[in-house]
Amino acid sequence: MANDPAQGSHIDEATGTQTVGHEWDGIEELDTPMPRWWLWTFYATIVWAIGYVIAYPAIPLLDKGTEGMLGWTSRAQLAQSLDAQREQRAADVAALAGMPIEELQGHPELMDAAIAGGSAAFKVNCVQCHGSGAAGIVGLYPNLGDDDWLWGGDLKAIETTLLHGIRQPGDEATRTSLMPAFGRDGLLTAHQVDTLAVQVLSFSGKGIASDEGVALYDANCAVCHGPDGKGLREFGAPDLSDAIWLYGGTREQIARTIHNPRNGVMPSWGGRLDPVTIKMLAAYVHSLGGGEDFTAETAAPAAAVAGDEQPR
Amino acid sequence: MNSPAKFPGHGNKEPEELYEKRVFVHPRRIDGPFRRFKWLVMLVTLGIYYGTPWIRWDRGPYAPDQAVLVDLAHRRFYMFGIEIWPHEFYFVAGLLIMAGIGLFLVTSAVGRAWCGYACPQTVWTDVYQHVDRFIDGDRNARIKLDAAPWGPGKIARRAFKWTIYLVIAFWTGGAWIMYFADAPTLTVAFWSGTAAPVAYITVAVLTFTTFLLGGFAREQVCIYMCPWPRIQTAMLDEKSLIVTYKDWRGEPRGSVKKAEKSPGKFGDCIDCGMCQAVCPTGYDIRNGPDVACITCSLCIDACDRVMQEVGRPRGLIDYATLEDCERERAGGEPRPVWKSILHTRTIIYSAVWGTIGLGMLFALGNRSRTDISVAPDRNPPFMLMSDGSVRNNYTLKLRNMESRPRELRVSLEGLPGGVLWTEDMPREAAAPAVTRAVAADAIETMRAYVIAPEGVEDREFTFVLTALDQKGESDRGTTRFDAPGGED
Repeated sequence: MANDPAQGSHIDEATGTQTVGHEWDGIEELDTPMPRWWLWTFYATIVWAIGYVIAYPAIPLLDKGTEGMLGWTSRAQLAQSLDAQREQRAADVAALAGMPIEELQGHPELMDAAIAGGSAAFKVNCVQCHGSGAAGIVGLYPNLGDDDWLWGGDLKAIETTLLHGIRQPGDEATRTSLMPAFGRDGLLTAHQVDTLAVQVLSFSGKGIASDEGVALYDANCAVCHGPDGKGLREFGAPDLSDAIWLYGGTREQIARTIHNPRNGVMPSWGGRLDPVTIKMLAAYVHSLGGGEDFTAETAAPAAAVAGDEQPR
Repeated sequence: MNSPAKFPGHGNKEPEELYEKRVFVHPRRIDGPFRRFKWLVMLVTLGIYYGTPWIRWDRGPYAPDQAVLVDLAHRRFYMFGIEIWPHEFYFVAGLLIMAGIGLFLVTSAVGRAWCGYACPQTVWTDVYQHVDRFIDGDRNARIKLDAAPWGPGKIARRAFKWTIYLVIAFWTGGAWIMYFADAPTLTVAFWSGTAAPVAYITVAVLTFTTFLLGGFAREQVCIYMCPWPRIQTAMLDEKSLIVTYKDWRGEPRGSVKKAEKSPGKFGDCIDCGMCQAVCPTGYDIRNGPDVACITCSLCIDACDRVMQEVGRPRGLIDYATLEDCERERAGGEPRPVWKSILHTRTIIYSAVWGTIGLGMLFALGNRSRTDISVAPDRNPPFMLMSDGSVRNNYTLKLRNMESRPRELRVSLEGLPGGVLWTEDMPREAAAPAVTRAVAADAIETMRAYVIAPEGVEDREFTFVLTALDQKGESDRGTTRFDAPGGED
């Protein structure tokens, strides 16, 4: 059965079929005839391919490809999917537009939609400062997920902060307050600043109050931060008695803040984002785990005040 | 019609054409034990195929009452008393493995029985060949009609026949979609034009493929398209039953007249060609085993009948193993067929098949219908609260896989002083355990805010999910609690 290359193909004895004429280690290939319909199927695929090339973008040319008779493009398809998405959300968006944010908590499904939308908008507009997990950066930007709110943590307060920002120049309704630069402007001596820092620490049990400290605090700080250091939300004055310190909670860090406070700025988003997106962002930030109820705030407004921080 | 040369490898000595012309197979009608068995198998398989979706099975008010339902839209698979969720797909995988090993077992024991009796291509080809016979008459009439020129009569006959083809094909496609939705509802929706587009598309595609593969392609599928005959070639051995022609008894062939003229010169085969005439793939079994022989055994029926007529013993073509053939060729006694079925390979396959089956039954009986999965928030890993305590956030998925609503309680274990609350309750209500009402056969996704007191360190703890019903099933999801000062 050995194959003679000079002869090429031959008829295989066992099957009576022509071989194709090559041989590997004694193994030969039969040239079994294919059925006719197979050939026709093959022709049909060629016809299909030609039709496809005519109908759809196919042949790359120098500056661009052929466009195809159907005018299909992947960009148009994307636009179509985006439109479909927009249409799908239209009902929720319309409902959100017509609803004061205070009522949102009574509509759980709308709330879910708002949180989902806010999560997406957050990743575009807010992560640059507050981080993708909304945890902020110690020393720079506040954490939005904790239960410590400088200017209020209910939906309405968060919405207001978003709309008008904090210390945003040019926005009349912006939230604003100014902590004096006690050290830099020479209002207090370095020793007094340090004494105050210890006094501040005493509110959370980490320092020992002194008579001088109490006197200094009452004279310079209590008007905004309250006699017990509990802060005051009207001025965005942080709670000095809790565990959260935006600019650091060591004696040195606190002294530095008293010497030269940051008075951080958050831009107002009212002119840049539409009202529905703002509501969605407020809902999302509220959902991170520290959101406050309206009732809780009205029941104990003083008790729920904020820490050494910046806007929420 | 079919000369042996029409199949690769047999009898033809001339170099072949590059492409082989199709010769349509018109099998002759035959009756016999195997044909009757084939009728029975056809009845059972088609009955199962068309009837199963219409069987009802009461699962209570919260689940569909269709006995077998592949609910793709809701990702549920119902089979009588068993309900499979997507994450339990290994049961389906197990079923497929059993089907695979079942095929090995059948092949190793009785050869290509699947091909010969139960394969859908075989069954539907059989149906369509009976339609041919019903409309156009038996083999000779059909060959004559095929060769006849196209005239009004032939056109009318063909149109009528192909209409019946189409109706059968449509019915086949129509039955398929019933497995994927409530059959009575879907039937009404289908005919009132309100069913989903995918239903119509599926029916259209299956109608087309059935019409084409059953009505026209037929044996071409087995010979050229199907991988199974090739795989089986590797699985058959000398102990496997095949349909075979006992050439030592049949050769040389000669008609009854010739045999009478010169007694002792000829074998039992009278070369009547009946074996090939009844073959649904048009193969001549006397050429030996081949891909084209699907072992439907109709040639056995045909040959037995001829042997009876000419007064010779039956079984010139018969089920036998190659070992038996050797023994008989050497003059040994034929062995009863059932003895061929039991040998090492079939016993091993049966054992494996049974073990997997029993394992699956055991797993099915013991599986929990309550499940919790825990996904901790990774960014940020923890959150320091104003009172010094530490919060971690988690997304929990509570699965209630029973077909009734249940109260499920989520509690914390291994986190001293830990409390949790969820997105729909105020923080003031935080407690060591919360209870959720979960709808029947549903997943409840909830956010869990877990707080541990000041001073907590990185540790593992467990969410324990307990069903508040009589069965009290539970499941556990162990996860991490991250705290300041930890590694991450």
